[in-house]
Amino acid sequence: MCDTCGCNLTPGNKHLAFKPAAKGATAVSVLKGLLQKNDDQAGHNREHFDKRGILAINLMSSPGSGKTALLEATLTALKDEFTCAVIEGDLETENDAERIRAKGVQAHQIVTGTACHLDAHLVHDALHHMDLDGVDILFIENVGNLVCPASFDLGQHLNVTLLSVAEGDDKPAKYPVMFRAADAMLLTKTDLLAVLDDFDPAKAEAHLRDLANPAPVMRLSARKDLGMDAWLAWLRDQLAAQRARVAIGQSRRPAIQGDGMKYHSVSA
Amino acid sequence: MHELAVAQALVEQVDAVIDQHRAGSATAIRVRIGPLAGVVPELLATAFPLAAVGSRMEGAELEFVHAPIRVRCQTCGAETEAVMNRLICGACGDWHTQIISGDELLLESVELETIPSLTPES
Ligand SMILES: Nc1nc2c(ncn2[C@@H]2O[C@H](COP(=O)(O)OP(=O)(O)OP(=O)(O)O)[C@@H](O)[C@H]2O)c(=O)[nH]1
Ligand SMILES: [Mg+2]
Ligand SMILES: [Zn+2]
Ligand SMILES: [Zn+2]
Ligand SMILES: [Zn+2]
Ligand SMILES: [Zn+2]
Repeated sequence: MCDTCGCNLTPGNKHLAFKPAAKGATAVSVLKGLLQKNDDQAGHNREHFDKRGILAINLMSSPGSGKTALLEATLTALKDEFTCAVIEGDLETENDAERIRAKGVQAHQIVTGTACHLDAHLVHDALHHMDLDGVDILFIENVGNLVCPASFDLGQHLNVTLLSVAEGDDKPAKYPVMFRAADAMLLTKTDLLAVLDDFDPAKAEAHLRDLANPAPVMRLSARKDLGMDAWLAWLRDQLAAQRARVAIGQSRRPAIQGDGMKYHSVSA
Repeated sequence: MHELAVAQALVEQVDAVIDQHRAGSATAIRVRIGPLAGVVPELLATAFPLAAVGSRMEGAELEFVHAPIRVRCQTCGAETEAVMNRLICGACGDWHTQIISGDELLLESVELETIPSLTPES
């Protein structure tokens, strides 16, 4: 493709391209994940959650797919059942955190400035500004972005990826890294399906399966209170599963994170 | 552009390797990267020199080893190549597969310039 970045190296020719170490130089093998530091911090965050029996969920989607609206409806529905807390990630403004606080729920806003994703260190800083005692579920609303949030483990137990019916049912095929990471995919704003009839929920699901992802797909409208029951039931199940894990000293990472390392560290 | 964040993480890691080996600087860095890592090599290559300014790897050559996408089928056991948005079994077509290569983002090796500690300063 181009000669400057070395991207035309292949496993077949790399031994030719990587010239032997010059005099006074040594080549050392490292084999460590590039994001190891973030992953270590994420593991530490997860310990904070597990120690308190908290279920942590990372919400990801394009900008405007309805993450905050889903949280508003969810928090209202679960008000008398669980104590929830929310971390909001946005490039600018406290707006989303204020929408959550208006529901009487603790929210901390992370303003990332130029960073288009949350990372484990930002989340850890946020945790120190929050009162986690008695919290059952912590929702982390990531920056609206279908590209990089999937690459950074935050210490969450589950990834939930939203896809609004206004976006096109082929999004999972266009953003495979993001949708592969989903432990659940929510098709949102289904009240608009009647007018946006070119969105085929079955196709969206088929694209998700093509990514070898068995995650449940739920269809809902937070604004019109449609399909919320299945989502709330899933949350209850996941919280029960988290409590069962904590009781036996286990934890859970989002399905794909760390998957690769397991194989590569032995084979590379 | 999260590649800048990844480049900064890379600089930190290489720095640690330089310390660990008591070397003077790094002259070449090799990263193994798969398409499913969500990091674009071209963008990382652009971001790296910015992240490396003033460090002991300024001017180091960054090389990529591109890892192919391979999946192992949980139904028939075959190991086949796949493309990014169709991670299905190339033998039987089932989608119950596991990625065995193609999602890595690894610092594979570093070429270090050792400090000529025995030569007196001139
Ligand atoms: N019709 C309809 N509109 C919705 C629904 N959910 C959200 N919206 C609208 O979509 C817009 C964006 O919703 P938000 O909840 O702010 O989306 P978000 O994903 O939090 O956006 P960012 O945080 O900016 O990424 C708002 O105008 C909402 O009113 C829904 O179920 N139906
Ligand atoms: Mg929002
Ligand atoms: Zn290139
Ligand atoms: Zn801590
Ligand atoms: Zn980013
Ligand atoms: Zn098969």
